Amino acid sequence: MSWFRRPSNTPLWRDEFSVYTADERYVNRRQFTKFLTLTSFGMVAGNLWILAKSALRRPPSFPRVAVATLEEIPVGGVKVFNYPSAEDPCILVRTTADSYVAYSQKCTHLSCAVYYEKEQNRLECPCHQGFFSIADGSVLQGPPRRPLPRVELQKDGDRLVAIRTEGASA
Amino acid sequence: MFGMEFYVDPSRCIGCQSCLKACEECDTHRGVSMINFDFVDREQTIATAAYVCWHCDNPTCAQVCPADAIKKYEDGIVGSSLKPRCIACSNCVLACPFGIPKLVPQYEQMMKCDMCYDRTSVGKRPMCATVCPSQALAYVTPETIASARREKPVNTFWFGNQKITTKVYMMAPADTAEIAIDVADYVWEGDHELVPQTF
Repeated sequence: MSWFRRPSNTPLWRDEFSVYTADERYVNRRQFTKFLTLTSFGMVAGNLWILAKSALRRPPSFPRVAVATLEEIPVGGVKVFNYPSAEDPCILVRTTADSYVAYSQKCTHLSCAVYYEKEQNRLECPCHQGFFSIADGSVLQGPPRRPLPRVELQKDGDRLVAIRTEGASA
Repeated sequence: MFGMEFYVDPSRCIGCQSCLKACEECDTHRGVSMINFDFVDREQTIATAAYVCWHCDNPTCAQVCPADAIKKYEDGIVGSSLKPRCIACSNCVLACPFGIPKLVPQYEQMMKCDMCYDRTSVGKRPMCATVCPSQALAYVTPETIASARREKPVNTFWFGNQKITTKVYMMAPADTAEIAIDVADYVWEGDHELVPQTF
């Protein structure tokens, strides 16, 4: 059986209503039932696989990494670091004298690097003008649909320590 | 499938009609025999011939069916007409060069031998071949027929210019490669007109 008809001298009706069951182009009831049954088995197998994966899944562990000292960056200043691995660029912003926020630097639209726009006090992705709130990383405007993953920070003496990333897939 | 082929040898037929009765017993078409049974020339001889559908490679009956009711399956069997489709037009009855399909008026449907599809598709022999005492209808392997018979199985037929190759074999004299039947030889002419036959 083929879905597309090659040029041929056989009239179309003879091709469509072939004498030979092997050449029939229309799906008959038995084939359709077979398709439904096999697809259902496929769905069951797929769901069991997902179930097994989620049952065996463990929560991701994050390392504690000192990313900056408290006085290293001025108010309104920015520092770029990598967390949790060297391939995950993040951006740390000192918004006021004693508040620090950090987000993944990859825009959730197409992974361009976002930067801190000081005048508007927001994070901007220059590729397609996507804007993220500095307060919680949520989307203000533009094509991204998901908020920036936030990096949780902890003060440890005079150092800022990244402890985990929220909203990022492990 | 299963390495068995059907061989018809009318010269072995003794006219017992067991095949007709066995065929009638089948649950799929109870009471109607699908065997074609002929008295060859009743006035001159007691010879009879029982034969089944030849299951042509390019079945004429299916080619002429306007309702797409006759199908050739992947294992080479040409099925009987499909009941929901057959319109009892008799095209196949008239077109088949072997005269196999029969219109059954009470069902308004053409019915013919499907080589006991319910049996042969699972490896059993057709009913007629199991009961034939002289094995004029035989369903065996090619090796068996080659070792047991003098005749040679032939499955190429000429009807005028129409060449037909079949799944079922006719046992023919050993020097025969093809069987040719010129229909013009059987058309009446001259003084000795054929008597209209009544069945």
